[in-house]
Amino acid sequence: MKFNLKVWRQKNANTPGKLVDYSIDNVNADMSFLEMIDILNDNLVRKGEEPIAFDHDCREGICGMCSMYINGRAHGPHHAATTCQLYMRTFNDGDTIYVEPWRSKAFPIIKDLVTDRNAFDRIIASGGFVSVNTGQAQDANNLPVNKDDAEKAMDAAACIGCGACVAACPNSSAMLFVSAKISQLALLPQGQPERDRRAMSMVSQMDEEGFGNCTNIGACEAECPKEIKLTNIARMNRDYFAASFGSQETVSTGEGH
Amino acid sequence: MAALDSKIPTGPLAEKWSNYKEHAKLVNPANKRKVEVIVVGTGLAGASAAATLAELGYKVKAFCFQDSPRRAHSIAAQGGINAAKNYKNDGDSVYRLFYDTIKGGDFRAREANVYRLADVSRNIIDQCVAQGVPFAREYGGLLDNRSFGGAQVSRTFYARGQTGQQLLLGAYGALERQVGLGNVKMYNRHEMVEVVTIDGKARGIIARNLITGKLERYFGHAVILATGGYGNVFFLSTNAMGSNVTAAWKAHKKGAYFANPCYTQIHPTCIPVTGDYQSKLTLMSESLRNDGRVWVPKTREDAKAIREGKKKPEDIREEDRDYYLERKYPSYGNLCPRDIASRAAKEACDDGRGIVPSGFGVFLDFADAIKRLGVDVVKARYGELFPMYQNITNEDPLKTPMKIYPAVHYTMGGLWVDYELMTSIKGLYCLGEANFSDHGANRLGASALMQGLADGYFVIPYTIGNYLSGEIFTKPIALDHPAFVEAEKEVQARAEKLISIKGKKTVDDLHKQLGKIMWEYCGMARTAEGLTKARKMIQDLRKEFWSNVNIPGSLNEFNPEFDKAGRVADFIELGELMVVDALNRNESCGGHFREEYQEEGEAKRDDEKYAYVAAWEHTSVDSDPVLHKEALVYENIEMQTRSYK
Repeated sequence: MKFNLKVWRQKNANTPGKLVDYSIDNVNADMSFLEMIDILNDNLVRKGEEPIAFDHDCREGICGMCSMYINGRAHGPHHAATTCQLYMRTFNDGDTIYVEPWRSKAFPIIKDLVTDRNAFDRIIASGGFVSVNTGQAQDANNLPVNKDDAEKAMDAAACIGCGACVAACPNSSAMLFVSAKISQLALLPQGQPERDRRAMSMVSQMDEEGFGNCTNIGACEAECPKEIKLTNIARMNRDYFAASFGSQETVSTGEGH
Repeated sequence: MAALDSKIPTGPLAEKWSNYKEHAKLVNPANKRKVEVIVVGTGLAGASAAATLAELGYKVKAFCFQDSPRRAHSIAAQGGINAAKNYKNDGDSVYRLFYDTIKGGDFRAREANVYRLADVSRNIIDQCVAQGVPFAREYGGLLDNRSFGGAQVSRTFYARGQTGQQLLLGAYGALERQVGLGNVKMYNRHEMVEVVTIDGKARGIIARNLITGKLERYFGHAVILATGGYGNVFFLSTNAMGSNVTAAWKAHKKGAYFANPCYTQIHPTCIPVTGDYQSKLTLMSESLRNDGRVWVPKTREDAKAIREGKKKPEDIREEDRDYYLERKYPSYGNLCPRDIASRAAKEACDDGRGIVPSGFGVFLDFADAIKRLGVDVVKARYGELFPMYQNITNEDPLKTPMKIYPAVHYTMGGLWVDYELMTSIKGLYCLGEANFSDHGANRLGASALMQGLADGYFVIPYTIGNYLSGEIFTKPIALDHPAFVEAEKEVQARAEKLISIKGKKTVDDLHKQLGKIMWEYCGMARTAEGLTKARKMIQDLRKEFWSNVNIPGSLNEFNPEFDKAGRVADFIELGELMVVDALNRNESCGGHFREEYQEEGEAKRDDEKYAYVAAWEHTSVDSDPVLHKEALVYENIEMQTRSYK
């Protein structure tokens, strides 16, 4: 197969970028999208040009590192798959393919297709955990958990933190990501003691990072490689409002809510 | 260099660890605040260690090369984590998990370490559940278990096919909590490129900031490496693209012994190689062997017809199929340990009965399970694994058997550590897959997650205090200390040399070449003749690498090709050591199979001569390493011929 690629090239955060044309031939339909980029890069290196920088690691759809915006869609056209799990057989021979980085104020570009997603770490650091030090735990089976609740918690916990939800959202909202973590812990008995505090802290940190608001578009759910559901956002909103109006807890917030 | 003292505590096996903990020296809370610990790597072992040490009050600096600690490759582990909870009431116990692990490792692991591992396995499950890890549950709300290879009890806890992910996110949450509290300073996109030692003690690291390319110096009273395995020495493996040996290898060259490097695990159920463009291999969880039956045709003619597309698997009648694992190992069947299942697949394919065009593939068939349980049950049981397989191969495993072949997956060898997980450099520790200690010559399924978390949550927090109690008077060492300056200078010189070669071959060209040599001569079957040849080939490859590699760009920028080149340079040196180790071990055990040493096709150990850990001391890249032996003494069990028949 043969493709024309238009790839976003940007030297660093301070230099303007642009789309650059490449063509690539002899692509095998069973190659992954990233393997196709590997070959393109190999060609560039042999020609003495600089290869395209892109994030990737596990290449089995679980680490959340790969992050390409392909033909106007986060992770490309294949449903419920990361970029590394997108195969070239999805495209037609001769197609022109646009490849861009995640775009969001909160994900500044480092180089080419590589962005800085540390904002997600900071949101987790603000409350995405159960405060239990090592060694304090009781026997695991002393805490039965309703099977359906455990399954729902697992559905939310499947989030890989790739940021496709933010990239897909016209508002660059991170609500799907944040609500997945809040939901996972809100659905489990272990998460209850910190439930109010967690919702308030994480939402506050999310706003501080510069992510936009949710206007119920649903692009995040449509593009999520792990099929995280919008119902998580509803759950988060309920927890956040309940905590804001009904809880005695106070957390330090960057801006008023 | 100090003699090889494993520091195994005295006393009965079951009491060694509690004896140790009761007598280990402590650091009081006021002093912990003054003590700094560096943790390199944020997988299960690193994240759990960093979080726990920070909870205790130490000042921690943690490093990972990925853009977030949550992406470490532990995240990809699918199947589960073992623990001797005996929730199934099927006769499990700490002793039985200990024994299965020792036997699974073909009697080449250290008895006291493995017992401790089995012992603390129970605490791990408690801790993870308390963190909110959503393990699979039964309708009564209690935890569910499944079976894994090499065991006759159900002791594997799991979270669908994403157990590693969920455990890592638990540890990552604990780590980020400490980051938020200011007890851990996290350095993402930083790669450790040197250990700094002063007066024989590890005192810090040099790290490359992967965004700016700049070298940075960091001090610690102690340094912990939790940097994972070295399977990518084979180029193609189930490891993540970034997984590498660099941190461990730099430590090795600074004086840390490297133990049993030739023990590599080839996982039996991976998607077969299809083309040269392939960048990695994908694992299909071992849990599939609970219901999948492995087979090839009985005759070469049928196999050839399938390879050429003239026959389909369903055209082969039941009596013309060879379910070779069930035939050879009736008591464990399809659930025999990984090394055995892998070798059996190789044997069948070498016999001309492989079923994919390359000849290297066998069937994993769910037809019987579907007949017995129905499509829906099978689908639910293996959730995301079937769609994942279908997405990659374009074939539906519910309709036609999966095609699988062994691939490099895990490395049992690693930096030599004593009972306290300290390497042969004082103050330098090594945890998780990066060390050698608990899996002997073959790791059982669902034991890697157990070991990573045991080391990080429950072992190092105790053992490091025993060392750091003697360091409370050591003031932080200034970063302009000559040892830091010198170390950075050496790293810089090597980097400049690499980038200025501007030769003709890409980093991947040379890495693939190395991978081919390793797979051919140091893979599933090895011979003295092949290994001798491989050593020479690797030496030549090293020369070619240092004279003909082409790395684009410059040093002071984000340059992934340069990062890759540094890692491949280290893989080449490691590859030679693996070959040396495999050549030295004139026996077959676990994942190390020397064709000269077998009995009816099974591995033949030589306990008289090789019941030892081979710990190698680095001399220089151009001369032989020095072998140190740690005798494996079993006080509580008898070494037996491992049989799963």
